[in-house]
Amino acid sequence: MSEDHHIIPIWFFVGFLLLVYGFLILVSGLAEWSHPPNTVLAELHAPVWWGGLLVVLGLIYCLKYYPRGES
Amino acid sequence: MIAMMAAPTLVHLSAVDLVIIAFYFLLVLAIGFYLKRFAKTGEDFFLAGREMTAWVAGLAFVSANLGSLELLGWAGSAYQYGILAAHWYWIGAIPAMVFLGIVMMPFYYISKTHSVPGYLQLRYGSEASGLSAITFAVMTILMSGVNMYAMAVVMKVVLGWDINFSIWVSSLTVGVYVAAGGLFSAIFNEVLQFFLIWFGALLIPILGMIETGGWHGMVARIHQDFPGQEFTHMWAPMRSFADNPMGIHWTGIVFGLGAVQAMGYWTTDFLVVQRVLSAKDMRSAKMAPIIGSFFKMAVPLIVILPGLLGRAVLPMHLVPASDLQPGQHSFNEVLPLMLGRYCGPGLLGLGITALVAGFMAGMAGNVSAFATVWTYDIYRPFIRKTATDQHYVAMGRWCTLIGLIVSIGTAYLVMNFASIMDYVQALFGFFIAPLFGTVLLGMLWKRVTRAAGFWGLLAGTLSSVGMFTLMKLDRSWVSVFALSPRAQGLAQDMYQALWSCVTCVVVTVLVTLVTKPKPDRELKGLVYALTEVPREEHASWLHKPVVWGAVALVVLVVLQIIFW
Repeated sequence: MSEDHHIIPIWFFVGFLLLVYGFLILVSGLAEWSHPPNTVLAELHAPVWWGGLLVVLGLIYCLKYYPRGES
Repeated sequence: MIAMMAAPTLVHLSAVDLVIIAFYFLLVLAIGFYLKRFAKTGEDFFLAGREMTAWVAGLAFVSANLGSLELLGWAGSAYQYGILAAHWYWIGAIPAMVFLGIVMMPFYYISKTHSVPGYLQLRYGSEASGLSAITFAVMTILMSGVNMYAMAVVMKVVLGWDINFSIWVSSLTVGVYVAAGGLFSAIFNEVLQFFLIWFGALLIPILGMIETGGWHGMVARIHQDFPGQEFTHMWAPMRSFADNPMGIHWTGIVFGLGAVQAMGYWTTDFLVVQRVLSAKDMRSAKMAPIIGSFFKMAVPLIVILPGLLGRAVLPMHLVPASDLQPGQHSFNEVLPLMLGRYCGPGLLGLGITALVAGFMAGMAGNVSAFATVWTYDIYRPFIRKTATDQHYVAMGRWCTLIGLIVSIGTAYLVMNFASIMDYVQALFGFFIAPLFGTVLLGMLWKRVTRAAGFWGLLAGTLSSVGMFTLMKLDRSWVSVFALSPRAQGLAQDMYQALWSCVTCVVVTVLVTLVTKPKPDRELKGLVYALTEVPREEHASWLHKPVVWGAVALVVLVVLQIIFW
């Protein structure tokens, strides 16, 4: 983002946040697979596919905007 | 913490939810400390170095307005008024954003102003600028306090957290990261918040649509549960005041909201304009609000649709906050209720973090705008005219902390007088509508004089305060100003904005005709007739802001037809 300041791009932080949150949500969704929470449409296992989506997007952002060789 | 959560609450958090919330606090603090090294000069601290890309500035621009008060409030309004609430996201935002990008941004950008009061200083002089700066500084601090209190109340109702705990933890976090990185920190946090809000809230409409069987299934359920009431059309029910739950006529939406209130907010409220001023060049500054307009158009998906789905699927009927009885829920609780309905551990933490992030971004936006206006538009012109850049940066950092402390005081004040919240938000609106008249006339008509700018702004603001007071003291004034006794709060606000802007324009024109204009040489780069706006001859049509502005307007029209 910054030419003058060489700041780590905001998109890297976005990717890191999505990756960590996606991992946590995915793991908690897998852990509760056999005994889903008492929510409407729990049988769809939303945490698993939503968490998976966040992991994929987070990885893409982290890899694309990883700060290489800049302070 | 466990004791706090023992109270009856809307949702209950698990360990993974708490980890998700704690991680967010740690990340924003770490980013704030990381960015401190880059915020050394005034331009860095107050305008993020003027080097943001169009995408970052555009997302920050739209995010600065996407706070949690906004999310909870408009989801509640969608439950209360139906899809009419989407007008505030479409006609009440998109034309104004495109207008800012195409017409107004070149003047803000070419004049190299730090703020909207800074533009008024250049165009009119210190009287109009001082009035604008002082009012804006007071309002931002009040709004920051209101935001803080609202967050504490939501955390208490939704999670059972102690109000003092929420106020102090959130404000200390915001204070540390904004004082460290200035507008850099505020913008980074706003972009993070944008993603959090989308990924935290988007599951609600997805799962809601699956549960109801799609749009038609949802509409059928609403008609079945609320027969004879209209919640799912945008324009058809506005042929008369009596046909819609808001008590508004289409003229109020088109002229009051679209032409005045929205134009005023999106083009002259410095909180949002400051984000665009951080853009790295003119083309980015013009593109930023237009990029923001596409995201703004999509926001009803995560705000208005959950409110409508609440009508269709929630087993209980929500009520206004003023009529709340034990065991009932208010309109404003529809979003947390829908979150709790569909989201289990993990997803719930994400949704709550999105709300917390929205509140904190709201506070950060207000205090960073306050620090800029105080330092550049009050302290520098009126208190200490000559000082080093480092002195002004230090003043900005101290202002951030002092502003937050005053905001905390405001939050406790609001706690004792809960109804003040409504009044403070109305107060904020008093100033925006007339300011739009002052700024627009100043940009488009070179004859407008220094005295006219001040007296027009003052008359517009006072007329707005007067109308509001009269309508609150005596309900019969509602039919005079809002044209119908049926007009509800939002409808009253729209007509109040319209008349205050008209008052400002009329007074400005009259005073202009009897006072002496500034010479042309002092207005170069500030008014349309005397400014050479750089043309983008070498840019392909795909990179021209005007093309994307036109696309945004076409999409807006199509949406109106679909939901007519």
